[in-house]
Amino acid sequence: MAQLTGAEIFLEALKREGVKTIFALPGGVVLKIFDVLHQQNDVEVILTRHEQGAGHMAEGYAKATGKPGVALITSGPGMTNVVTALADAYMDSVPLVCFSGQVPTALIGNDAFQEADNIGLSRPCTKYNFLVRDVNDLAQTIKEAFYIASTGRPGPVLVDIPKDISMNKTDVTFPDSVSIRGYNPTYEGSKWKIKQAADAIMKSRRPILYLGGGVQLSKASPEVLELAEMTQIPVDQTLMALGSFPGQHPLSLGMLGMHGTYVANMAMHYSDLVIAVGARFDDRVTGKVSEFCPTAKIIHVDIDPTSIRKNIHVDIPIVGDCKRVLQELNSVLRATVNGDQKEWRKPWWDQLNEWKNDHPLSYRQEPDQAVKPQYFIDRLYHLTKDRDPILSTDVGQHQMWAAQYFHLAKPNAWLTSGGLGTMGFGFPAALGAQAAFRQRLVLCIAGDGSVQMNSQELATAVVEKLPVKVFIINNRFHGMVRQWQDLFYEGRYACSYLDQTPDFVKLAEAYGAAGLRIQTVSDVDDGIREAVAIDKPVFVEVPVDQFENCYPMIPAGGCNHEMILEDPPELQKRQPVEAMGQRDGKDTILTA
Amino acid sequence: MEHVISVTLENKAGSLSRVAGLFSGRGFNIESLAVATTLDPTVSMMTIVTSGDDRIIEQILKQLNKIIDVIKVVDLSESDAVSRETALIKVSTRPEDRAETLRIVDIFRANVVDSSPASYTIEVTGAVQKIQAIIQLLQPLGIKEIVRTGRIAIAREPVRTEATQPRPLAKAN
Repeated sequence: MAQLTGAEIFLEALKREGVKTIFALPGGVVLKIFDVLHQQNDVEVILTRHEQGAGHMAEGYAKATGKPGVALITSGPGMTNVVTALADAYMDSVPLVCFSGQVPTALIGNDAFQEADNIGLSRPCTKYNFLVRDVNDLAQTIKEAFYIASTGRPGPVLVDIPKDISMNKTDVTFPDSVSIRGYNPTYEGSKWKIKQAADAIMKSRRPILYLGGGVQLSKASPEVLELAEMTQIPVDQTLMALGSFPGQHPLSLGMLGMHGTYVANMAMHYSDLVIAVGARFDDRVTGKVSEFCPTAKIIHVDIDPTSIRKNIHVDIPIVGDCKRVLQELNSVLRATVNGDQKEWRKPWWDQLNEWKNDHPLSYRQEPDQAVKPQYFIDRLYHLTKDRDPILSTDVGQHQMWAAQYFHLAKPNAWLTSGGLGTMGFGFPAALGAQAAFRQRLVLCIAGDGSVQMNSQELATAVVEKLPVKVFIINNRFHGMVRQWQDLFYEGRYACSYLDQTPDFVKLAEAYGAAGLRIQTVSDVDDGIREAVAIDKPVFVEVPVDQFENCYPMIPAGGCNHEMILEDPPELQKRQPVEAMGQRDGKDTILTA
Repeated sequence: MEHVISVTLENKAGSLSRVAGLFSGRGFNIESLAVATTLDPTVSMMTIVTSGDDRIIEQILKQLNKIIDVIKVVDLSESDAVSRETALIKVSTRPEDRAETLRIVDIFRANVVDSSPASYTIEVTGAVQKIQAIIQLLQPLGIKEIVRTGRIAIAREPVRTEATQPRPLAKAN
């Protein structure tokens, strides 16, 4: 075989992994690789305007396709900029392979120009990382990187390539398989434990399915649906799971946790059997650990043994891939289920329906008042649901409202930053998904605070013709921060009021994208239709009621059955003027 | 409760920092850590002494197993194991104390591995209690410096019954 340079090996290895698109930003030490990429057409290179954008785009691509996303960035500041995206991917188990440039091997450790300890920086926020010290190792390393990123509990992997490695030549053979002696994920669940779980399900009177992001990752939606329908068990979903069970299904209780629905949280608290599938009992779900599900037995299915019994005692732990474990569980149950499950579960469902009717999600939209964020998202959902959209969000109040009111029907359509809670995630993630699915409708619900954290990617959107529709829920606040200040800091708005919000319409237009503003309730439907019809990236600014808060809410460390359901009386009386008064009543928002 | 954990891991650059980083990043306790290569130069053995309640130890074992460079994890506290530690102790010696110091060295079956007009350097190996005891006795004499390896441990081989039975005598022809 002919001798190839490291850069050529890199390209060939990517092609062999089936990579179609990468998100990249060049720099001195990766120029050889970019030079090779420039002279080919098999792998599309999307130039981003910031390395964090590249990382989140790769995440959006991965979440929407289920395949590893790929980012390529340079050493030093390129690496430090991508760390947030790696940490985000690690928390949310997103398969990602990030290639970073490194100074030549001879200079490593010399504090060379644009040198950073990429391995040290990424170690706590990647599943694994490699420093390639010899060009002969490159092909094998890339194979292992993709294997580790996409198997077991997926996650980000970093491959650090020094400049000389990308230029050195070698006779290369590309490996076909990978074997790593310290890495053998367990896919098959213990049959004995699965049998125990089936017995517990058959005996249980008040069971609840608690689905996590692992259901999406293991593509277990059909198995979950079969299990729920066969046994008539209600379904709670975490933020990361949304879409893995149809949001409008009669068995769905919606999202659980800090801003989950009343019925979803009550069902957890009073259940006698929690069936956790691919979830990790995060503090936003458990609330006060000592009073979490006080009467329930807990079954926990997860591919990562460390997730089991990390926060909560588990009675029936099942380590394995969600899909395979549920297939086995369903086959055991199919033989056991007899009689009418609906009849047997009726008392439980009567109770659930009572909770549902007592406190449904609600908001009040007055026709002549400011647009309520919930109303807007509700309308967006109804006007776009038939087009099977992909929806990304940033982080904050708008994210929670999107989770509550946008009832996703299918998996791999929900791009959100759950574990790390990364503001600035939504817009680039939407671009990554759009790059994977050019023909699909990709929506992004953002806040005026978070969208400014990666708005530079408007340039990427325009140049690469990625027509995502970004709806900026603008309350001129870091809304979730303001909500906590309202509830727990006596309304002192320390640095949460954004009195200098840009004109997002002009901002979009400055980049060559389209800009729209929806001012009144009567504009909402037309505005959404207009935005969706435009065949280029759009920023739609939606000024909303500034003081709307997100409920239900379980205060951090509170109990799941003790939710705050609406603004306390002192907040209900508040007028917008009060907040403005803190800034000399000067309203400095820039409007067109 | 104290646990002694034996970790077999890849002998690669960075493997040690993955283990050490796990302990610091997750707030696990680490009392000592000793590591060196095995007969197979691609593999290292590490002995970690840590403490925590059952839930924490379960997490430590699982998290160690999750590290890709880690090949095998054994909690030696669950089985019968031999553990040893070596200390090098530099003791200042006035002429009138030299005999007393040597007596202590003798009692503990330690060795003097270096000496100068004003000091002895003592090497002592044993279970952790033994190291602590000799330190206690030497302290009044004036310890100038002390270096400890941290504990290393190995599981005892199960005693097989056939091995304990007397060998049949060889037939005399």
